[in-house]
Amino acid sequence: MISSLALSLLPLTVGLPLLAATVCAMTSARRWCVGTSVVFSLLQLITAIMLLLAIQDIDADEPLRYSLGGWGAPLGIDLVLNGLSTIMLLITAVLVVILSIYSIGYFADNAKAARFWPLWWLLVAGLNAAFVAGDAFNIYVALEMIGLGAVALIAIAGTRTALMSALRYALVGLLGSLCYLFGVALLYRVYGTLDLVQLAAATQAGPITWASLALVSVGLLLKTALLPLHFWLPPAHASAPPPVSAVLSALVVKASFYLLIRFWLEVLAPATTDFAMNLLGLLGAVAILWGCIAAFRTQRLKLLVAYSTVAQLGYLFLLFPLVAASDSSPNLSNMAVTAVVYFIIAHALAKAAMFLSAGDIQLFNGHDTIDKLQGVARAQPIAVLTFAIAGVSLIGLPPSGGFIAKWLLLNAAIDSGHWVWVIVMLAGGLLAAVYIGRVLNVAFSQTTAPTPTTTRPRTSMSCIGLSLALMAVLLGFNAEWILQLANGTGESSVPGMGALK
Amino acid sequence: MTQDLLYNATGIALFGIGVFGAIVAAHIIRKLIALNIMGIGVFMVLLATARHGEITDPVPHAMVLTGIVVAVAGTALCLWLTLRIRLLDDVNEGDPQR
Repeated sequence: MISSLALSLLPLTVGLPLLAATVCAMTSARRWCVGTSVVFSLLQLITAIMLLLAIQDIDADEPLRYSLGGWGAPLGIDLVLNGLSTIMLLITAVLVVILSIYSIGYFADNAKAARFWPLWWLLVAGLNAAFVAGDAFNIYVALEMIGLGAVALIAIAGTRTALMSALRYALVGLLGSLCYLFGVALLYRVYGTLDLVQLAAATQAGPITWASLALVSVGLLLKTALLPLHFWLPPAHASAPPPVSAVLSALVVKASFYLLIRFWLEVLAPATTDFAMNLLGLLGAVAILWGCIAAFRTQRLKLLVAYSTVAQLGYLFLLFPLVAASDSSPNLSNMAVTAVVYFIIAHALAKAAMFLSAGDIQLFNGHDTIDKLQGVARAQPIAVLTFAIAGVSLIGLPPSGGFIAKWLLLNAAIDSGHWVWVIVMLAGGLLAAVYIGRVLNVAFSQTTAPTPTTTRPRTSMSCIGLSLALMAVLLGFNAEWILQLANGTGESSVPGMGALK
Repeated sequence: MTQDLLYNATGIALFGIGVFGAIVAAHIIRKLIALNIMGIGVFMVLLATARHGEITDPVPHAMVLTGIVVAVAGTALCLWLTLRIRLLDDVNEGDPQR
């Protein structure tokens, strides 16, 4: 009973945000946009929670499937829900509620609000569509919805830097999507289906499958910004309005990473090689170290937070060598996937909080040059506190979500005997402490208080950022719950667990 | 068979030319045209896939149609951004070549 109820809720994950986008696009009255957004973000959260309850109840070996219009694969559009996608839907729903409330305050007396809301909901619809897509072509459509929405949201800031980085992001995004589409075209040519489950059953290693794996991966890596394809990320994430920066770093890059997991560990798993998996891990390790160093050297606060995203994304890619090292034991690869899921949630909360606090500091001071932020802790205690708490989670200090995530990842690396990754992770934590310490050091230095601009961020808005940072820390106290969630249902999305057969 | 080969080879060649142009070209508009050429390459490979002897498979056609819509939207967005940047530069009397 509960699974049939959940099944009928599945299309709502995409339908609700699309409806909200339509309503917001049709009306330019701020009241309507705000009302619609509050109602729909709460409805979306309820849907995600119901789906979570339902998927725990049903057989984990059989993901939920919904055929739009009753057509079914291979011709129709199927939506598929498994443990991993449920977790992604839930964290998206939680962040969308909080960031929507923040955006109401941020765009309160701003003519740009009329343009913000439809694009915001288009982006959310794209994210949810990517998480529940059951076939390779709908993933392409979802990627384009995310790409177009994100580019337009960056451009809302309106400055020349924002427009330039939005344009560069758009070009990179189109390049990535077309690479992905070419890969999908080759897959359809060889296997005659776009359905992910059918593809997973049919895939065999071979030159054309390798070519399509390479094209799909390059496309998704461009969008996930793995070093050396990260060049577009720091300017784009740093020049967007704060709620947009938060959603870009917390969710948008994770969506393409989620798709990478699906293609590498599930759909095209027979075509992957240990060498390629280790290469991804190596690039991730370089990204961790390079991202931290770049974050330390940059002069601007929002750029620092953006470079920190490049570094944190590197940790996610350590999943692939850990899974490659554990092909004899499903326990180990399960552990690695659980760790990465935990990392995604912890980083999403902490990074969203950090971008909101950086946005507050920039709004208050009129600039975000780090060296000129002396004494900002006295003027803006809540924003600096938020930055510090989020920083604790990013560094991976106990007790915080970031600590548990890193601890799980370290355990997986030690159990598989990969000491290189252990050293990289520890070094990454130390380097993160250095760049976050640099900001706090300036913020607490005792000099004359900064002269604020006329625009003073509301305390209630600063508190929203603080609540996100506290959630990132609370995640560390309540690790058991999420671990069970990731273990109990997340495993169904890992190969060799019989989920797809 | 020869026709199939011709379509595929042309598609792959166009995709390659597009990738080269998108990475190497310095001017935004050139990059944008290169990306569109890439897209046409993908569409040609898809069209060639649709042919199964006497029967035509409609799925690749649907993919190409969707792809064209997405390409138009993406191109329009990029052109609008380019125009906005140019207008900003004109107002600020910055470097008009950018």
